[in-house]
Amino acid sequence: MNVIPLSAYDLSLAALLVGALALVAVRMRLKLAAQLIVAAIRTTVQLLLIGLILKFLFARVNPAYLAFISLVMLTVAGWEIMRRQKRRFSGWWGFCMGSSSMFISSFVITVLALIVIIDNHPWYEPRYAIPLLGMMLGNTMNGIALGLDRLIATTWDQRDVVEARLMIGESWRQAIGDIRRESIRSGLIPIINAMTVAGLVSLPGMMTGQILGGSPPEEAVKYQILIMFLIAAGTGFGTFSAVSMGARRLFDRRQRLRLDRLKG
Amino acid sequence: MRGLNIAGLEVRHIGPFDLAIAPGECVVLTGPSGTGKSLLLRSVADLVPHRGQVCLNGRSCDLTPPPDWRKTVALLPSESRWWHDRVGEHFHGYDRGQLTRLGLDPSVMDWDVRRLSSGEKQRLALLRLLSNQPAALLLDEPTANLDRENTRKVESLLMDYKTARNVPLLWVSHDAEQSDRIADRRFLLHENRLTPI
Repeated sequence: MNVIPLSAYDLSLAALLVGALALVAVRMRLKLAAQLIVAAIRTTVQLLLIGLILKFLFARVNPAYLAFISLVMLTVAGWEIMRRQKRRFSGWWGFCMGSSSMFISSFVITVLALIVIIDNHPWYEPRYAIPLLGMMLGNTMNGIALGLDRLIATTWDQRDVVEARLMIGESWRQAIGDIRRESIRSGLIPIINAMTVAGLVSLPGMMTGQILGGSPPEEAVKYQILIMFLIAAGTGFGTFSAVSMGARRLFDRRQRLRLDRLKG
Repeated sequence: MRGLNIAGLEVRHIGPFDLAIAPGECVVLTGPSGTGKSLLLRSVADLVPHRGQVCLNGRSCDLTPPPDWRKTVALLPSESRWWHDRVGEHFHGYDRGQLTRLGLDPSVMDWDVRRLSSGEKQRLALLRLLSNQPAALLLDEPTANLDRENTRKVESLLMDYKTARNVPLLWVSHDAEQSDRIADRRFLLHENRLTPI
């Protein structure tokens, strides 16, 4: 593989572009400049750090290290799901719903892909496991956050309808059925769109990275197809699970709509 | 014990209330707004967490599956809600006689719900509720959006339903003349107390 190394000078040229954008933001009073700079600095620091961590991990093929870093990734993703919702379940529920759904879908599917499909030895070799898990978590997280946010926001707005349906004797499943389906759909639409235009409009980031990194395009493409399928399945099952748990939690044992379980 | 029995019902800041409504009896509840009349009705229908006991004909609310309870002890809210596009999609069958008595035409079932006036919505909501054949009725100002003529139609339908099936009625109303026409007993909900009047 013939990777052209990037120098600090190369990266600072790209940083100048972000700086220029920040200047425009200040001129237009978008109140976004500070946020933009902070985000740019965060991305630099976080990626440099993960680079170091990955270098460290790749040198040591140890399932314990892998388990630890996976757990950290999962926890951060769980918090991020909560943070993205305007209203959310109070207490541990908000965190557990997203995290456990991500765990079920992302972890299971990643391990399945590593053992059955990629068939690497050992399957937990970090060079494959971590990027794959990261990609799965990132995408599942989006689907789950979208689905839960839609579920909660719509139920909040339509609480009178949900209660009216309970009043005529519908079960909680029937009363929230339409909202639940709509929420799962909204979590799945991004990945369906991504699969639809892949290769035509957008060259997916992972594939681009591999090609830039010197892999033959036909290999990169196969990996990208694999990733797309895994992400679709992971996002789908994850969103399905999180929205279903959320819908159940909106009602109590007596099938009463309990919006007091939300905060924010 | 026959009828609707409410014992020690407490919900949020209101209660405890005790009230027994006999089969075929109509109890009218009145009082200033904000005293919790709607909340009281909602907790009898088991839509909000509450303390205390509610029984219908000796069967406890807590031991009845919630959808069954709400079909049996039916609550008509002051404002009706419609979630499908067509009126008919909200019904699994209804009584044609009742429809006619409410001054409606069967073709209303094909209508778009956005076409309905507030009075039509109110009467259709009652028809929808009665199609479950409830054994007790909780009515939150059921004639608030209706003109004089339709008010009388609703009253007469409900009174006949009550007598024919011997069901207890708990009716929230602010109209003193209406109370004269329908009430067997009246209560004022004021300062967290039910006072007979």
